[in-house]
Amino acid sequence: MSRYLVKRTIASLIVIWAVATLVFFMLRAVPGDPFRAMLADVDPQAADELRRKFGLDRPMYIQYFLWLGRMAQGDLGNSIYGSNVSVSRIIAEAFPRTLSLAGLAFVISLILAISAGIVSAVRKNSALDHTFTFFAFLGLSMPDFWLGILLIIVFAVNLQWLPAIGYVPLSKGFWPWFSHLILPAIAAGTPFSAIVARMTRSAMLEVLNSEYIKVARAKGLTEQSIVFRHALKNALIPVVTVMGIAFALLMSGAVIVENVFAIKGLGRVLIQGILNRDYPVVQGAILVVSVIFVFTNLLVDVLYTVIDPRIRYES
Amino acid sequence: MTETTDTLFQLGKLAETTPRERSNWAWLRTLWRSKPAVLGSVFLLLLLIGALFAPAIAPYDPNDQAFEFLQAPSLAHPLGTDDLGRDLFSRIVFGARVSLFVGASTVLLSSLIGVLLGLLAGYYGGWIDTIIMRYIDLQWAFPNFIIAVYLVAVFGTGLENVIIAVTLAFLDDFARVVRGMVLSIREREYVLSARALGASDARILWRHVLPNATAPVIVQATVSVSYAILAEAGLSFLGLGVKPSTPTWGLILSDARTFISRGWWLAVFPGLAITLTVLSINFLGDALRDIFDVREYQEEEGGS
Repeated sequence: MSRYLVKRTIASLIVIWAVATLVFFMLRAVPGDPFRAMLADVDPQAADELRRKFGLDRPMYIQYFLWLGRMAQGDLGNSIYGSNVSVSRIIAEAFPRTLSLAGLAFVISLILAISAGIVSAVRKNSALDHTFTFFAFLGLSMPDFWLGILLIIVFAVNLQWLPAIGYVPLSKGFWPWFSHLILPAIAAGTPFSAIVARMTRSAMLEVLNSEYIKVARAKGLTEQSIVFRHALKNALIPVVTVMGIAFALLMSGAVIVENVFAIKGLGRVLIQGILNRDYPVVQGAILVVSVIFVFTNLLVDVLYTVIDPRIRYES
Repeated sequence: MTETTDTLFQLGKLAETTPRERSNWAWLRTLWRSKPAVLGSVFLLLLLIGALFAPAIAPYDPNDQAFEFLQAPSLAHPLGTDDLGRDLFSRIVFGARVSLFVGASTVLLSSLIGVLLGLLAGYYGGWIDTIIMRYIDLQWAFPNFIIAVYLVAVFGTGLENVIIAVTLAFLDDFARVVRGMVLSIREREYVLSARALGASDARILWRHVLPNATAPVIVQATVSVSYAILAEAGLSFLGLGVKPSTPTWGLILSDARTFISRGWWLAVFPGLAITLTVLSINFLGDALRDIFDVREYQEEEGGS
């Protein structure tokens, strides 16, 4: 299995390289650069000077190799817009925020979704099942930013239970950190929950109808033992496969939700970079986002082989 | 007739009768039986009429700032007015145009291109398959929305660019689905016999492969339309969408953010419009999926 792991890791690194290269050339292939926007034809001389300073006047392939070299050393360049702050620092500040948001959303959504899925399957076609299914549909149909705004209206503006915006690091205490993150986490995690809940439900239904469960029942095992010890383990296999796609939804939800709740995470950095045509920032952010995705997909694949012994022996 | 010509004759008859996997109109009747699907279709139909006849249906001009601002819903303004005094109901009705147009056109274009790629990759195999699928797998590793955001970063904002960005971002789903289908259809008897008879590749693709690959494409299209509409709303919300002069649901929501405490209707109704639209599409799509029983078409999907 370790050979499979090594192959997948190498493949992942190639993917990251490919994405970074694609991003690099695509950003520069389109006419218009950040300096024209900033100086608006008022001072073309200054624009040229800045261009030369940032090395944007050299031929593209030279820029590319320079960039590649610097990137290998961990230098992601400096932000063109604003105060020339190093991109690595911007990202390093933003990353923990996104991580907290996505992490909290992941944990809460996972627990809720799997519980709901199990209950739905065990009590199939009951009122509870229908309610859960309806909410799952709703969760998939709502734009997450809308849910975020609704949550703000209800909990922050009207009830005044929770703060509406901003981020507080964990170091300042658990409750401040949590209270600022709980609403965005719910908003970002809802589509993820919906998918995982439905998948858990259908997987559990399939497993509960299988032969060996019938044998377990005939043996006289308690329903609880059957559901949790035998059925659940096998039902989780297809759920893990869907996890990759669902996690992608979670991350893209986090990007928008950060905007709604004014959290200065990766999503916010990326979007500001785009609006300011700040190449180094956009490149750096996309690179980090790619690494996250590729890494997650790799993790899901490995998890999949670990959980399902059949795959391990086939590969 | 000799034995050889006899066999050829049989093969010929086989190649000419491409079996359809399902009868053509029976699905409509089954669709009618699902209540959510019917509700969804009714809502979508109303929405379509509203979008097409917006100038006639909307009581006021959506950009007219003549009225009192931040009025709560009333008889004169059923959904209230916004901070610049524009009627919200009219804005939402006109907003339906953009959302539906973007949703439909992007899925149409994306499915066309995706089907073409999937056909080529699946049918010819070899290096064409490798090149196409390597790129598609690359794109598939990322969420479509983030790809759309990034493409808008490259191309710029505005309606055309949003359509291009969303179209390209959703290619991976269609290409994969079609390629899977083509891989299995490729080995069926009617294709093999058509090849034996010397039919050109184009004819085989057009008359035999394509008609039987359309079912999963339709299913995928219904899924993608809802995500495309959500993507357009998200892009507009972030300020990366169509020009600010055109009211689109995402944009209205974005404007509403500053006035949350003073005008809840500004945030609730546009979002409700998006949600109901996507919900209807999902109901319809779910019913269609049950009818076509996609699992039957996913024989090749096992290893991917």
